[in-house]
Amino acid sequence: MIRAAIAIASATLVAFIVVPLAALLLRLTPAELIASLQTPAALTALGLSALTTMISLAITLLLGTPLAFVLARADFAGRRLVDALVDVPIVVPPAVAGLALLLAFGRFGLLGPPLRALGIQLSFTTAAVVLAQVFVASPFYVRAARGAFAAADQNLEAASATLGMGPLRTFALVTVPLAGPALFGGAILTWARALGEFGGTIMFAGNLSGVSQTLPLLVYLELEGGNIAVATAVSVVMIAASLVTILIVRTFERR
Amino acid sequence: MLQVDVRLALRDFPFAAQIDVPPGVTVVVGASGAGKSTLLRLVAGLLRPDAGSIRLDGRLLCDAEHFVEPYRRDIGMVFQEYALFPHLDVAANVGFGLRARGIAASERRARVARMLERFEIADQRRVRVAALSGGQRQRVALARALVIDPAALLLDEPLSALDPQTRGRVRGELRALLETVAVPTLLVTHDQADRAAFPERVVRLERGLLLTAAS
Repeated sequence: MIRAAIAIASATLVAFIVVPLAALLLRLTPAELIASLQTPAALTALGLSALTTMISLAITLLLGTPLAFVLARADFAGRRLVDALVDVPIVVPPAVAGLALLLAFGRFGLLGPPLRALGIQLSFTTAAVVLAQVFVASPFYVRAARGAFAAADQNLEAASATLGMGPLRTFALVTVPLAGPALFGGAILTWARALGEFGGTIMFAGNLSGVSQTLPLLVYLELEGGNIAVATAVSVVMIAASLVTILIVRTFERR
Repeated sequence: MLQVDVRLALRDFPFAAQIDVPPGVTVVVGASGAGKSTLLRLVAGLLRPDAGSIRLDGRLLCDAEHFVEPYRRDIGMVFQEYALFPHLDVAANVGFGLRARGIAASERRARVARMLERFEIADQRRVRVAALSGGQRQRVALARALVIDPAALLLDEPLSALDPQTRGRVRGELRALLETVAVPTLLVTHDQADRAAFPERVVRLERGLLLTAAS
């Protein structure tokens, strides 16, 4: 009796997840899928998503790696506060993140006047897309990297030092290779979250083709415009990217 | 000659050691927690003393004003669990310190090969360290520390990571290998059998206090 109830509960939830995905995948024939993806709007959004997610990932790696190392190893006043703040974007609703970015970097935002004095306008540009992605997605990498750096065997770094390697080379030749799988898994999660970023982007960067219209925004626009085929085709691409992400992360977690 | 005269406040008791280590093996015995690893970490530069100085062959390694970073000390250290790099094979582990010194790949290979021959692990050169036995790991750790021609050698419980059956045999091997090492060598251990195997010079560390008179 209890076993049956458990089986039914489990099967219901699995089916609930699988059925919508199947509906997306079964909606179009392969020919229709390819044709829909070759529309100018889809190709432009695909290119823009590829470009912006690569840039936001690069920024995350460049700034997030030192931050994660400091959070894992350094002992300073306010470390726990910084540690918690870094995680905030994970739980903040994306639309709220977009509004916050607008109020900070928008033309009439907190930093609007100094940015304008420098001739920089961020809101409703491709740069705004990247900023929104970094804001919502970088915590996933920082969390993973922080955990890996904290768990690393510091005797190995000490051994490297006694053998004559300075701190930077020890970091590059010992710390990073050993944390490698975790860093890679965190980077993949960050990339996937950036690829799916919608709320912050539409609030802070708008929905302009070729400027800020990434794949998720295109899905929304095409559906609004009644063009279900393109919306579906783009969604299939994003689901494929998600599945590949999960497979990669799982593979690295098992190592 | 390695000259140590340092003090450091530890959590449970103050640490103070004054010892002149001549070339050859000096065994430091003491219970666990007595500060044996602290002594080695101070000499290696992995810890800073509160006061005092360390000199090696006349070179000042640290005092109140100076501190030579561990990567500039030229001191070989064998860690308690060996701290071999798991992502590198045996040859890359042994050659790590030569790489740090910017020695060309061809010379590096030759020096690593000679060292692996001497330690009888040449046939393991392409093996990852995880696949080695405890005794082999210990030899890799020792080869890695010696290939850089260190000015001093530090061994932190070099036999404690081995199972009791292997320990006796490896102790004999270690004794023979260390006879060929002509630099000041500190070997810390809590094991009376280690002490018996290196009877020439034994000092005792008790609750952070190094008494050089013990034997």
